Amino acid sequence: MTVPPIQIRDLHKYFGELEVLRGIDFEVAAGEVVCVIGPSGSGKSTLLRCINLLEEPTSGTILIEGEDMTAWGADVDGLRTKIGMVFQQFNLFPHLDVLRNLTMAQRRVLKRSEDEADEIARVMLRRVGLLDKIDEYPIRLSGGQQQRVAIARALCMNPDMMLFDEPTSALDPELIGEVLDVMRSLAEEGMTMLVVTHEMGFARQVADRVVFMDEGVIMEQGPPDELLLDPQHERTQRFLRAIQHI
Amino acid sequence: MTTPHETIEIPLTTRLRRVTIGRWIMYFLLVFIVLFFSLDAIFGLGVIDWPRVQTYFFNWEIIRGMFPEVLTIAAKNTILYTAVAFTLGLFLALILALMKMSTIRPYRWFAAGYIELFRGLPALVTIFLVAYGLPLAFDFTIPGGTLGKGCLGLAIVAAAYMAETIRAGIEAVPRGQMEAARSVGMPRMVAMRQIVLPQAFRIIIPPLTNELVLLIKDTSLFFVIGTTIATKELTKFGRDIMNLRRNPTPMIVIALVYLLITLPLTYMVRRLERSTGKGRT
Repeated sequence: MTVPPIQIRDLHKYFGELEVLRGIDFEVAAGEVVCVIGPSGSGKSTLLRCINLLEEPTSGTILIEGEDMTAWGADVDGLRTKIGMVFQQFNLFPHLDVLRNLTMAQRRVLKRSEDEADEIARVMLRRVGLLDKIDEYPIRLSGGQQQRVAIARALCMNPDMMLFDEPTSALDPELIGEVLDVMRSLAEEGMTMLVVTHEMGFARQVADRVVFMDEGVIMEQGPPDELLLDPQHERTQRFLRAIQHI
Repeated sequence: MTTPHETIEIPLTTRLRRVTIGRWIMYFLLVFIVLFFSLDAIFGLGVIDWPRVQTYFFNWEIIRGMFPEVLTIAAKNTILYTAVAFTLGLFLALILALMKMSTIRPYRWFAAGYIELFRGLPALVTIFLVAYGLPLAFDFTIPGGTLGKGCLGLAIVAAAYMAETIRAGIEAVPRGQMEAARSVGMPRMVAMRQIVLPQAFRIIIPPLTNELVLLIKDTSLFFVIGTTIATKELTKFGRDIMNLRRNPTPMIVIALVYLLITLPLTYMVRRLERSTGKGRT
């Protein structure tokens, strides 16, 4: 029996007085692609950011491949290398060229040699179709290209799972497709993925499971066709109806 | 009869005329002053005793006597003291800035107290306290003589000013940079050094260079800690010759040398400010 890559138990998160996550119990199986949808302020981004401890949970347990991330003395930095993360605003390092964006953590964290790190960076850039941009600085790339480099940067650490925090929300509409294509091919290769997104088409085609969150709890979850086409919960129905009117 | 159209135009032209007349008066005044003093100097009208001015401000004999030591000793020491105090101050300031942003409250208190204290004190008082107070109170010798004592005192002052600049620079780097660095497993200190600080320093190079210029001038305070011939900086060097020769010409000379050092720096700041401003689009 394999341990699920992500297990979350009774997760609560307060921002001051505000309870943003109100008891989340949740698992992602190996190779599973889970899309999290829901209105803004529902806590879906916070949930994602709690998983690699960019936000400190107020209470609850997060197990990464069975190891307790929230325990005292947990090797948080080590566990983070297993969890790739892609941000809404890309967050590439603007003072480094693409190659060094991809090799910095390999060298500093995984202690890879320069040659090895360069080679892996090239492999990952080829994978996202941007090998020709290896010497450019991020500012010279389009938003879509920047996000693909950001995905490659995460992949360079050979993560066992990937978190995507609204990866296409900051992009011009015509650039969304190229990023979703990269994510789709990752999913096909069997990567475990947790994706916070508003792209319902992507969720339907690629996700194994869709989770609907509202007001800090998981309201409803299920296979994409069931949840998106035949939601049981009234709140889910209202949300899906609202976004289809846009 | 005047049409409404003309009634609007008349005040406008008179105003324009008044502006031009004002400008002409200013030009006339300028030409008059320049002419007056040049005529006075050339024909010796006796308004100003020009030879006397030359004797006390531009005494060639004294100027010649100051070279080459004014450059090889005094200017060299000014630059050396500035460089050491700046490096030491920058290092202290970085630690203070990080302490000010620490999650541990007493660290923040210490940094805040330090910054308030040494920004509130005259630099001269701090230098006195460091150069004379510390060795007496704690019974030890600050290594490096004049250089060590003075630079330590000045660095302590400069650090208080630069700490706030560095903190502002670090806070100007988007939070996502630190998050992205942490998300690939970099420990906080590695992320700070490799990702955040390089970007922060790019932002604060202009204000830091300004601080450097201020520091150059503050090395003149070193006169209070006593110097030998070999450790004089520009101001002390000039003052000693002035007292010896009872002539202020050395002050003119060192003023020009100070400008020779500071003007390229301020020019550089302006260029840097313009280029970083452009890079942000």
